[in-house]
Amino acid sequence: MVNAGDMNGSGNLMDFLDEPFPDVGTYEDFHTIDWLREKSRDTDRHRKITSKSKESIWEFIKSLLDAWSGWVVMLLIGLLAGTLAGVIDLAVDWMTDLKEGVCLSAFWYSHEQCCWTSNETTFDDRDKCPQWQKWSELLVSQSEGASAYILNYFLYIMWALCFAFLAVSLVRVFAPYACGSGIPEIKTILSGFIIRGYLGKWTLLIKTVTLVLVVSSGLSLGKEGPLVHVACCCGNFFSSLFSKYSKNEGKRREVLSAAAAAGVSVAFGAPIGGVLFSLEEVSYYFPLKTLWRSFFAALVAAFTLRSINPFGNSRLVLFYVEYHTPWYMAELFPFILLGVFGGLWGTLFIRCNIAWCRRRKTTRLGKYPVLEVIVITAITAIIAYPNPYTRRSTSELISELFNDCGALESSQLCDYINDPNMTRPVDDIPDRPAGPGVYTAMWQLALALVFKIVITIFTFGMKIPSGLFIPSMAVGAMAGRMVGIGVEQLAYHHHDWIIFKNWCRPGADCVTPGLYAMVGAAACLGGVTRMTVSLVVIMFELTGGLEYIVPLMAAAVTSKWVADAFGKEGIYEAHIHLNGYPFLDVKDEFTHRTLATDVMRPRRGEAPLSVLTQDSMTVEDVETLIKETDYNGFPVVVSKDSERLIGFAQRRELILAIKNARQRQDGVVSNSIVYFTEDPPELPPNSPHPLKLRRILNLSPFTVTDHTPMETVVDIFRKLGLRQCLVTRSGRLLGIITKKDVLRHMAQMANQDPESIMFN
Amino acid sequence: LVPQAPTMFAQRSHSCASSVLLIALLCCILSPPAQASKVSEQLQTQALNPSLRWFHCVLLLILVSLCCSNCLHVVEPMPVPGNDVEAYCLLCECKYEERSTTTIKVIIIIYLSVVGALLLYMAFLVLVDPLIRKPDAYTQPLHNEEENEDARSLAAAPTPSGARANTVLERVEGAQQRWKRQVQEQRKTVFDRHKMLS
Repeated sequence: MVNAGDMNGSGNLMDFLDEPFPDVGTYEDFHTIDWLREKSRDTDRHRKITSKSKESIWEFIKSLLDAWSGWVVMLLIGLLAGTLAGVIDLAVDWMTDLKEGVCLSAFWYSHEQCCWTSNETTFDDRDKCPQWQKWSELLVSQSEGASAYILNYFLYIMWALCFAFLAVSLVRVFAPYACGSGIPEIKTILSGFIIRGYLGKWTLLIKTVTLVLVVSSGLSLGKEGPLVHVACCCGNFFSSLFSKYSKNEGKRREVLSAAAAAGVSVAFGAPIGGVLFSLEEVSYYFPLKTLWRSFFAALVAAFTLRSINPFGNSRLVLFYVEYHTPWYMAELFPFILLGVFGGLWGTLFIRCNIAWCRRRKTTRLGKYPVLEVIVITAITAIIAYPNPYTRRSTSELISELFNDCGALESSQLCDYINDPNMTRPVDDIPDRPAGPGVYTAMWQLALALVFKIVITIFTFGMKIPSGLFIPSMAVGAMAGRMVGIGVEQLAYHHHDWIIFKNWCRPGADCVTPGLYAMVGAAACLGGVTRMTVSLVVIMFELTGGLEYIVPLMAAAVTSKWVADAFGKEGIYEAHIHLNGYPFLDVKDEFTHRTLATDVMRPRRGEAPLSVLTQDSMTVEDVETLIKETDYNGFPVVVSKDSERLIGFAQRRELILAIKNARQRQDGVVSNSIVYFTEDPPELPPNSPHPLKLRRILNLSPFTVTDHTPMETVVDIFRKLGLRQCLVTRSGRLLGIITKKDVLRHMAQMANQDPESIMFN
Repeated sequence: LVPQAPTMFAQRSHSCASSVLLIALLCCILSPPAQASKVSEQLQTQALNPSLRWFHCVLLLILVSLCCSNCLHVVEPMPVPGNDVEAYCLLCECKYEERSTTTIKVIIIIYLSVVGALLLYMAFLVLVDPLIRKPDAYTQPLHNEEENEDARSLAAAPTPSGARANTVLERVEGAQQRWKRQVQEQRKTVFDRHKMLS
């Protein structure tokens, strides 16, 4: 949400309530920016400030402030992003437990916080205390039995529906742009596209509030993607306070790249991983200066979150892993298997989700968004409650799956048969045979895995803020833990097999199922998003050590290979294609041998190119041309006979300039000649005052010849961020290639539907 | 990465009544003691007791000072007889957790008030606002969405910059109307035409 008008503070405070007056040099909604012009404007501004700084002390101070404004923006973004993430974490913690019961001593405590100060808890019943009561205890004073279970079940579903309904209503009434993950749209915005309102203040508020509601409602979604959107909204807000960034769309996108890094940093507690994620997945142009500033923003955000301390243990995520047991080379084989599983699941998820989203876009299913959310929430709550692994929040599930079974664990997953003669320190408990609890846990986990795989396909993409990282990690963690327990039991019962004999002695701690869960989570996340380096760095920052880099890398690499064998796109690129955003991916390769003539407009048989002449058109002619066509710009040639190119004029600027001229300048009427040259043309006497429009003319449009291979043209578009490119032959203008034409051509070459590119 | 004990206690002694620092103490795994075999023998006897699974003990203590010196007071029921308690407590493993209850209270209450305010505003916009607006003659133009905005902007009379809405209330009205129009546009793009965000 950009105030295109000039708010220099000279007006009074109520000026922000007035409609902003569109300025020459700003962009329309759903259009692409001109990267080169933004860059040259920034260079001009910088040069002006530098030259003025030598005049007086005050100007020098102003130039220093200008140089430091970048760092101030980063600091503010980090602070706000960290604070919002802390608020979200605490509120989610509380509201998730609200579905099951309430704390009587202080209603704002979650279950764990409520029982923390109590004296009545015992080690076996760590979560039973009299201050916390389930709803059945509170309402009918019964805590066990069938009626209590049914009442709890019913109330769980009611709370989940209430949260989801509230969330979707808020999104619908206040900020429809707050739905979805946000990462595909942010990728498009960072590549130069303008979506007004997508990073606005209302979107920020609604996204934060509804994110808490939907995560607490038990739906199978995560908060990492939406946190990136929230952080970018913060970035947009703070950059609008400084004119260096608010007036220059190119510089603003540098700030947004850094803000995206801060968002991932607070989501995972991984500042370096956040910067790499921003570099690899989200950003389009990432100059090196942005690298250092992104890191600063990510660190400030992580530090702010740490001081809020939402989880009470000075950690930034619930599923931080703290053990360092070693792994063995022979375990690489199950790790690679997990990688294959991750790649296969990623492909399956992308295909099914895109098919479902396409159905939502095109059929009647899309007409009932609120009803869809309610139905999916009801199904999720009904199926999730009976299984203890799906009843709790997904972050807690991942945390339990990642954790190694120390001696203190009393959960079902750690119900091993302990040899009473065995005495070992904390970290080194040997492999033990599985007790009955573990077998129960295994089939419950299997059911939970199938359920999560199915329901996430329908959940991602609904009209509520929904992220993808946590459900993918949960799927991978469940699969990994099951494989890990399997390998552990195999190693225990058959320790004399050849594969185990070398590294697994009886009585030693060979296999850590928690590590398998981590590797599985990394594999599934990599399979769905196709992240490479940033995934490994995020996972190793989560584990706090370098021991597990090799297994994580093996799994990530395998899953990417397997997933790429079936389809080149990750989930975000797939959604970009589904929505038809004009995103020219730097990762695609264009290997066809077409030429510029094959792509340029006008094609053979089409109407000739609409051009403006240098000094022979009247204002009325220009207005007619603008009204009859909807092109974004017009080339300016010397005359209709000799089509030699002078420059290129944007439609929006023509409109504004003509409107200004009609209002302000005397004597400009419909018959006035419009000229783009330096001096007015020779005119007969008594002709009306001519209109000079040279200042809106771009005198250096990019041109290629008609025999330029399309490979080069695509490269130019990508590297320079062009919107259009003119095609000439022997100096004469032949046609024009726009970014939309390039995208359509690439889609056609890839046998996709070229009409699916909808935006300019 | 764990808060240092001395600073924590400095904080505790100066903390105000509303902020309570709570520390959880996790206790006592038995590792083969190098000392007297008498201890291990007795402990192993204890181990055969099925009600004590793996030598764990009870936690949760308020305002503990140095971990293991208070193990004597904390652990309950003590699984070893009295004279072996110290040997047992030497094997304690401390973990710190710290909560600020004020932060939790403030954040939850702020969040609930924001949600409540949004709910009230939503109810106002959906229910009350159409009833208020009906007496006004001016309604939003019901043009089709494909109307050429550029032609409109060329042909439309320029907005007089001098004759602004005078009172603050009218300007707030104007801003609110503009915001509502924006949200309506967004809603059309996302919910109706499915042009964005699938």
